[in-house]
Amino acid sequence: MSPTALLVLRNGQAAPLREVPDLPPAAFREAVLEGVRDGRRLACLCAESDRRLIAVLADDGAGTLHVARTRLDEPRYPSLTPDCPQAHLFERELAEQFGIVPEGHPWFKPVRSHRPWNGAADPWDRPADLPPAVMDFYRVAGDEVHEVAVGPVHAGVIEPGHFRFQCHGETVFHLEIALGYQHRGIERALVGGPHPLTFKMAETAAGDTTIAHAWAHCRVLEGLSGVQVPARADRVRGVALELERMANHVGDLGALSGDVGFLPTAAFCGRIRGDWLNLSAEGCGSRLGRDWLRPGGLRQDLDPLRAERMLPRVGRSWLETRDAVELLWGAASVMIRFDAAGRLDPVQAREIGLVGVAARACGIDRDVRRDHPFGPYGAHPVKVALAQSGNVHSRAWVRWEELAASTAFLSAALEDLAGSPGDPKPDPLPPLAPERLCVALTEGWRGEVLHLGITDTAGRFARYKLVDPSFHNWFGLALALRGEQVSDFPLCNKSFNLSYCGHDL
Amino acid sequence: MPGPLVFPAHVALHLLVALLLPPLVPGLIAKVKARMAGRTGPPVLQLYHDLAKLARKEAVFSRTTTWVFLAGPVATVAAGLVASLLVPFGHTPAPVAFEGDAVLFAYLFGLARFLTILSALDTGSSFEGMGAAREAAFSALAEPALFLGFAALAKATASLSLTPMLLSQGLAAGRLTGPLILVLAAWAIVYLAENSRIPVDDPNTHLELTMIHEVMVLDHSGRPLALVLYGASLKLVVLGALLIDPLLPATGRGWLDWLVFLGGLGLLAVAVGLVESATARFRMTKVPQFLVAGVLASAFAFLLLLV
Repeated sequence: MSPTALLVLRNGQAAPLREVPDLPPAAFREAVLEGVRDGRRLACLCAESDRRLIAVLADDGAGTLHVARTRLDEPRYPSLTPDCPQAHLFERELAEQFGIVPEGHPWFKPVRSHRPWNGAADPWDRPADLPPAVMDFYRVAGDEVHEVAVGPVHAGVIEPGHFRFQCHGETVFHLEIALGYQHRGIERALVGGPHPLTFKMAETAAGDTTIAHAWAHCRVLEGLSGVQVPARADRVRGVALELERMANHVGDLGALSGDVGFLPTAAFCGRIRGDWLNLSAEGCGSRLGRDWLRPGGLRQDLDPLRAERMLPRVGRSWLETRDAVELLWGAASVMIRFDAAGRLDPVQAREIGLVGVAARACGIDRDVRRDHPFGPYGAHPVKVALAQSGNVHSRAWVRWEELAASTAFLSAALEDLAGSPGDPKPDPLPPLAPERLCVALTEGWRGEVLHLGITDTAGRFARYKLVDPSFHNWFGLALALRGEQVSDFPLCNKSFNLSYCGHDL
Repeated sequence: MPGPLVFPAHVALHLLVALLLPPLVPGLIAKVKARMAGRTGPPVLQLYHDLAKLARKEAVFSRTTTWVFLAGPVATVAAGLVASLLVPFGHTPAPVAFEGDAVLFAYLFGLARFLTILSALDTGSSFEGMGAAREAAFSALAEPALFLGFAALAKATASLSLTPMLLSQGLAAGRLTGPLILVLAAWAIVYLAENSRIPVDDPNTHLELTMIHEVMVLDHSGRPLALVLYGASLKLVVLGALLIDPLLPATGRGWLDWLVFLGGLGLLAVAVGLVESATARFRMTKVPQFLVAGVLASAFAFLLLLV
């Protein structure tokens, strides 16, 4: 089976469902494995309600997405994970959502805490009211081994998640992460849409990644209804996305600094993050960029006057950001901490399909904005930041370089927007075409956000799948902790800064 | 003794300072840190308010704990107050002084630490157990630094009582200058470690897994927590007195000596705040090296005095 037999799409391109090759299960498995062997990445693997599996393989070099489907005769199939570790969490997820058992899965545990949507038998025979993270944790036995359990209630104001460490003194042998506390059932609620709340749900899949998710969702709807977004609206969306990246990266660098007890950068970045958030508020009225985008365009155009007002504020905020962050690189006591902690092996990172900042910090050169250009990034590319060491320092450094690249993008975009006439509001979207499929990727500040929509015969969503970068990357954090000091966990965790709700959906 | 203050007055003043002043020191450190970071920061008197609030609050006790859980906070304050009687505050002699009180002074803190560790273990929490292990390991390295410093000063002053050891005229002059600098450097390290300050520990962190001292008292609440906080501030003053006494100029006037002492304590708080503003915390594996540097400094001071 040659991979060319798969349907090849561009990012955001829709296709009739019948064009997606419907392979027999064995050929589907072979196609996925061969694609991964050829260097493609499993961007999405999920089930539909009628025992169908659908896989999206991303070819980052060619800028293409390869899609295949299969229909299982029974709710079980031989697991892909032993041959393709990237499938690990996807397979656990589809087992939990649809009761389809990947046989031979080496780490077959629930992902969240709900029973299958479609009424299928629960693969773990769990009672209906089981709380999250109640399961058999991996344990290391021995006299001098001790177990440390952290969460779901943490000492800071952060999201809930449970972490189990198997430690030998201060050294971590193994970390197991159990999430699911934030599960709201977004994917299930999106089926049958779009309805009035659909956009809100997609936008708030991960609250700090509002624009990236909203944009991916808009592009799925636009692809399915065949609408072309005006270039100006795309440029404003780019401004929104980069402002989101600025605010979060600045916040992360400050928090990393705070975690090693280095006060100056922590304090300055806390304030400067607010300045970047306020720029988003200037653009749309919401610091988190809520409701800035609309399917088909924007809820509110960034008119030339406001773009002109924002331009000097971007410059000023960038200067302050630079001053605050350069203190970090100049402090030897900070650099020692950053260099010593949280190294993730690049080979492992590639095998588990790491994305975003964490991947680029391991020298894996992938960025949706360049590899699968969307919106303004084809015409106005952004420099992709890379670092090689895969440790906390690399993840901080990638953020730092991305701050500079995003500022350059913002300045150029705002200058152009200030000098060109504004657009009227977009027309309401036409109804979605029936029996189509569309996959849209965006590069959020954490990494790749994927939305996949499939419409039924009436043009409603038969399946809507969201993949937040956190879904790919949580396992990377667990690997990065092996052999590390347990006291360095908070620092490593912050350097990944993954989303709990983006994972739990 | 010279000056207008007679014996009961300076003892009363000593007790008043030991009882009432300590909560000011953490407030001062926090203020310096806030100012350095461009923030306003909490009021300098914040800890007094916190203590008043905690004193009115009900304490919650885990079902797994026993009386040992309370022994930690009580011992911290009791030992701290007794130790405060042994150390001179500035150039006013300590209220209680006898040959060998330095040993008692050190082991009063040892006793408090022992009971704090027990009370942490009493909760059965894995965090607290981890914190207790760290505290035990690091204080085992801090203790030699303190003791070798005592040995060096005892050799120099031919006394094992804190008042003559710390206040001997001429300590800061002549051939004693070098050893004194080494001893004070070692004690500065001990001071930061014993008071769980950056770069050894971070008193402000909310991250349980990185804590040393703070994690041992996570389960305390209400009045026991007030005792813990007060005990920690008391330690800042008592060990601080040890550190600054040899450096303070003797004015020969009682009230001026007190002002000099209070000023010195204030400067020490500012210095701690500045250190915390300028450096990050050490990685946990580096802390022993830092403490061993303290041990070596005071050992070398002792050797210098032997020859």
